[in-house]
Amino acid sequence: MTTDPDLDLTLLRLLGPGEPEVDCDECFELLDRYVDLELADEPAEEILPGVRAHLAGCPACAEEHESLRALVELDHLS
Amino acid sequence: MRAGDTNETMSAAAATAAPATAPDDWHLDLRGDGRRREEAIARLHGLLLRAARFEVSRRRASLPRLTGGDLDELAQEAADDAAMSVLRRLDDFRGESRFTTWAYKFALLEAAVKVRRRAWRDRELTLEPETWSQLEHPAPSPAATAERGALLAAIQEGIRTALTPRQRQVLVALALNGVPIDVLAERLGSNRNALYKTLHDARRRLRAHLEATGFTGGRR
Repeated sequence: MTTDPDLDLTLLRLLGPGEPEVDCDECFELLDRYVDLELADEPAEEILPGVRAHLAGCPACAEEHESLRALVELDHLS
Repeated sequence: MRAGDTNETMSAAAATAAPATAPDDWHLDLRGDGRRREEAIARLHGLLLRAARFEVSRRRASLPRLTGGDLDELAQEAADDAAMSVLRRLDDFRGESRFTTWAYKFALLEAAVKVRRRAWRDRELTLEPETWSQLEHPAPSPAATAERGALLAAIQEGIRTALTPRQRQVLVALALNGVPIDVLAERLGSNRNALYKTLHDARRRLRAHLEATGFTGGRR
């Protein structure tokens, strides 16, 4: 958006992703599929559109996505 | 784990591998009868406790005053609540992901919400834009300063004039003051999804205001 990463982050928080997105409940319903698709190198966003945009706009859901992905990756390593 | 245990113990517990149970077996065993089901529920609780400890361990920097025992108690509560959710919603699992991935998300959600709420328990929430310092960023050049100043002024005007009081309250708390959405939901007697819808509507109005004043994507 601008040449300033800090300002870009503030603008993202204020203005959101600006594209179609699922809501928090829908994100939670899809999150397990989304993570398994990501870790299988499948096109998760094509199969489950709107999740990526929501994760960009919702810090809480994004944190839970990061944690789920990290935990499942840990399982794959063990 | 008991009160007084160290955070290092917490980390070690969080890193323990998941129980080796085939995905299909989880679902079948939890739907079974008698002892088979009881053993499956115990295994499920262990799985969820591992996930909850993992999440609490990741977020423990936000809870510097809690002991390892306090943190584990939080993880235990999260695992208990998650187990209830998983068992209540077992029919919702359709095998579109691994069962463990599906179950983990309940424990991670419960643990994350508990950590956020505990971290903000004694903090006062600022729901109005008392200052606009969050919108002040140093600019690299005079031209950029002028452009940025115009953009930030348009944003401030949009927040003041284009939003309903409720939208302004939610946008300022979440986007400017960094209040976690679960904390704000608890204080306002709402829930995450309802607040996110309010935030979404506020963002749409603010984007429309910026476009009406000549800004698109943060640029004029």
